[in-house]
Amino acid sequence: MSHKVPQGFDKPAPTRDGYGAGLFREGERDARVVALDADLAESTRSKWFGDAHPERFFQMGIAEQDMVLTAAGLSTTGLRPFASTFAIFTERAFEITRNAVARPNLNVKIVGSHGGIMTGEDGASAHAIEDVAIYRALPNFRVVVPADANEAMNAVAALNAFDGPAYLKLTRQKVPVLTEPEAPFRIGAWPVLRDGVDATLAACGALVSEALVAHDLLKREGVSVRVLNAHTVKPVDAATLERAARDTGAVVTAEDHTVIGALGGAVAETLGDTYPVPLARVGVQDRYVESGLPAELYEKHGLTGKALADAVRNVLKRRK
Amino acid sequence: MLPVALAPAKPNLDELKEAARRVRVDVLRMTHKAQSGHPGGSMSMAELLVALYATRLRVDPRDPKKQGRDRFILSKGHTCPGLYAVLAERGFFSREEFKGLRRAGHLLQGHTDHKIPGVDMSAGSLGMGLGFGNGVALGERLAGRSTRVWVMLGDGECQEGSVWESAMTTPFRKLDNLTCIVDWNQIQIDGFVKDVKDLEPFADKWRAFGWDVREFNGHDLKEVLAAYDYADSRVGSGKPVLLLAKTEKGNGVSFMRLKADYHGRALTDDEMKRALAELGEEFTGAI
Repeated sequence: MSHKVPQGFDKPAPTRDGYGAGLFREGERDARVVALDADLAESTRSKWFGDAHPERFFQMGIAEQDMVLTAAGLSTTGLRPFASTFAIFTERAFEITRNAVARPNLNVKIVGSHGGIMTGEDGASAHAIEDVAIYRALPNFRVVVPADANEAMNAVAALNAFDGPAYLKLTRQKVPVLTEPEAPFRIGAWPVLRDGVDATLAACGALVSEALVAHDLLKREGVSVRVLNAHTVKPVDAATLERAARDTGAVVTAEDHTVIGALGGAVAETLGDTYPVPLARVGVQDRYVESGLPAELYEKHGLTGKALADAVRNVLKRRK
Repeated sequence: MLPVALAPAKPNLDELKEAARRVRVDVLRMTHKAQSGHPGGSMSMAELLVALYATRLRVDPRDPKKQGRDRFILSKGHTCPGLYAVLAERGFFSREEFKGLRRAGHLLQGHTDHKIPGVDMSAGSLGMGLGFGNGVALGERLAGRSTRVWVMLGDGECQEGSVWESAMTTPFRKLDNLTCIVDWNQIQIDGFVKDVKDLEPFADKWRAFGWDVREFNGHDLKEVLAAYDYADSRVGSGKPVLLLAKTEKGNGVSFMRLKADYHGRALTDDEMKRALAELGEEFTGAI
């Protein structure tokens, strides 16, 4: 293996590279970590671990149900498996995950790369825009959507540190670096990236950097937006979210996912229970998208900083 | 009570026959009490289970999660009444638990749950046990342990594609510490397997996938023990063994055998009187 595995990121990088780095690092530290893939190890970067530890890496071929089942069995022998493929293909094994991982609460981490319409040119069959929603619906699961490669890298360590199932969603494309390599990842604790009092933007994954763009656009108009990095969609950081709703009075969620059932849904549920405020959910509008360059698709489907700024302006009109 | 063996015990055919009879009685009683459950497929595997638990499985009822123990994975998890009967015989929990089958707040679930002492996989949805078993076999081998993993599938269950994904993995990875038993009891829910979706040539399919297949009468204890001996002898051969056990759903009670009706319903009081009489017991309503 001539490729050197990164130990941190200071330039834009796909979050899947963060996974590769994090899995490699955990694998070096913890001999119980094993990894599986379904013919996409090159793309998911699980290969970085696999090349270093071939006896602990299980290539399962194009057989996602087999992969998740094998991971479940491995987890009962004292090992700590991470099973990766494209996010959309993890869904092939969803009932397996539900019955053989979530229900018995086994220590299996499911990793879905190339999530969202950011996957771009491959087209609608490949754009996982419902994955976070379905995993969120599973009892016992944690669901994490890291904002950058450092966060993905550190999320692997945090996920390996506890016994239980989780889903980790990654990007194909580069995203800006927003966090430090040394920043520890705390599941369920949303960093406040920008403080603000007029509105809240809660974003996850690739949309976090777009949220920061929106923040700056609105700042020029004198609108102060609190930006939350909602990297854990299950469990949500209810305390930070509620405080933001109380302090700002209006919330916009943003994700590369359908607006049904994931971050938008989780925030609507939480605030509906505790502190309802005008809420707008930005994401894919309950439709399948097409092939295109990631930037083209983001522009067309309202996932840019500009579109988020508009969403904030609109939600502010609804505030009493 | 079956002999509590931590290492394979010398089999006594009469004891095993008697144990299989008791399994059938317990299955009928506990499902009747629950007024639901799956007796037919529990009865087809009675001989297979008692022989396994009495003579093969190195497990410890005092330490059900003991590291390195042999595993039995009931992939056809709906036939858990049969498994529960054998686990109680083996001492994993009290027979008192039978009357709480399928009732809230009790131990014995309607499909296997790994919270139950002695149960190695939470199953219930078909087609998952072989893949899970492969994972266990891989993990045990990586740890350098000589664990034996036994997986039992149903015949109808082999209509699930996931079974075949996993059936490719076992030989590919030379998981010869895993033995798969198919309880070929011929019937699924909507009728005979051959009428719903014929799986023949079944043995040929497994051979084509790289398995070493042995067929035998799953109700003849001598043949069952010989089949298990064969499977044990093939550990280290590089090829996993598929034991194709020819059985009958509902075997043991004349009016239940080969009837799809008894796949998933409990017997009525009248049926219980007749069934238990055939098994040499009286129907009192008690378990």
